[in-house]
Amino acid sequence: MAATVPEQITRLQVTFKIARFIPETDEEPHYEEYTVEALPTDRVLTVLQKIKDEVDGTLTFRRSCAHGICGSDAMRINGRNRLACKTLIKDLNIKKPVVVEAIKGLPLEKDLVVDMEPFFQAYRDVMPFLISEGHDPTKERLQTIEDRAVFDDTTKCILCACCTTSCPVFWSDGQYFGPQAIVGAHRFIFDSRDAGTDVRLDILNSKEGVWRCRTTFNCTDACPRGIEVTKAIQEVKRALMFRRD
Amino acid sequence: MSAPALNAPKTARSGGRTNYEMWSWIFMRVSGIVLVFLVLGHLLIMNVLDGGVQRINFAFVAGRWSSPFWQVWDLLQLWLAMIHGANGLRTIINDYSERDQTRFWLKAALMVATVFTIALGTLVIFTFDPNIS
Ligand code: SF4
Ligand code: SF4
Ligand code: FES
Repeated sequence: MAATVPEQITRLQVTFKIARFIPETDEEPHYEEYTVEALPTDRVLTVLQKIKDEVDGTLTFRRSCAHGICGSDAMRINGRNRLACKTLIKDLNIKKPVVVEAIKGLPLEKDLVVDMEPFFQAYRDVMPFLISEGHDPTKERLQTIEDRAVFDDTTKCILCACCTTSCPVFWSDGQYFGPQAIVGAHRFIFDSRDAGTDVRLDILNSKEGVWRCRTTFNCTDACPRGIEVTKAIQEVKRALMFRRD
Repeated sequence: MSAPALNAPKTARSGGRTNYEMWSWIFMRVSGIVLVFLVLGHLLIMNVLDGGVQRINFAFVAGRWSSPFWQVWDLLQLWLAMIHGANGLRTIINDYSERDQTRFWLKAALMVATVFTIALGTLVIFTFDPNIS
């Protein structure tokens, strides 16, 4: 089949309503509207960059790879946590201004940039690295395909924080580990090569651990990598309930 | 650039494995399921079956509570519903009260109300005197 060439390229006028916050002058974030020309196939990130380049150079946001893999441009787009680089203009309702805000629940630094440190700290707290026992083997640590499949889903996490900052429990209790840290722990808890399962389960059994989760599925809906976050959390709960003491 | 230094990981709060949060979570699921049957059964018997709500009077209640079966049913219903509800409210208070003071007093009030209601209800079920005039 021959590739179909679009007859004409539709150019659209899109309006973005962006929550701006300049820490030096603002007490609270306020909204500002920007209208620029865009293609239906443009991504929200492209439009933000265009606004920054052509309209207001002070607009601040994080981006790096622009291909959905570094996890730096999570933001609230029309009320949903998404990666700006994975959200196409044609999938949004552009009859109304597209509302872009920083993700919620982490300290706001400027415009769309938040302090990710509490989020990363929760991840470090579950010890996201291989813990081994006994002598190190002289060759690879082998694993069967079946053993690998058990935690395949949670290896896909890119630490974007879409999940944790959509979690109502995290909003009201910043001490909660949050879905991402549980995903990060799940990746090692269910890894047959890892010997730190008990330690990690103990950490997640604490007051701010998995039992705070209300199974609202916000995190699963938000994950740009399609990880079944809530399912992973339930699997950790089950492992805790049925583990041998 | 160097990787950020790793702080010592959070240790599980409880020294031994007391698993308080886990048992509270399991209790909520189990009591929830049991309550569905107890409460629906209760509503059915009291309000629908054989005469329904019209036939409820002092004698009817007295008659029911003379049987250990209904005593146990009502007792279980009372305890489970109260603890289930109180535990749910405890979580909500933990979630939404921002100041430590507020949290403490709300939980204290909840505790008092719960203990009072459970004690009063239990007392009535066991010491109910059908001959009271
Ligand atoms: S399912 Fe649990 S972790 Fe995910 S958003 Fe809801 S409460 Fe948070
Ligand atoms: S689990 Fe998904 S939403 Fe959460 S940080 Fe990882 S990739 Fe992002
Ligand atoms: S810029 Fe890297 S994930 Fe969007």
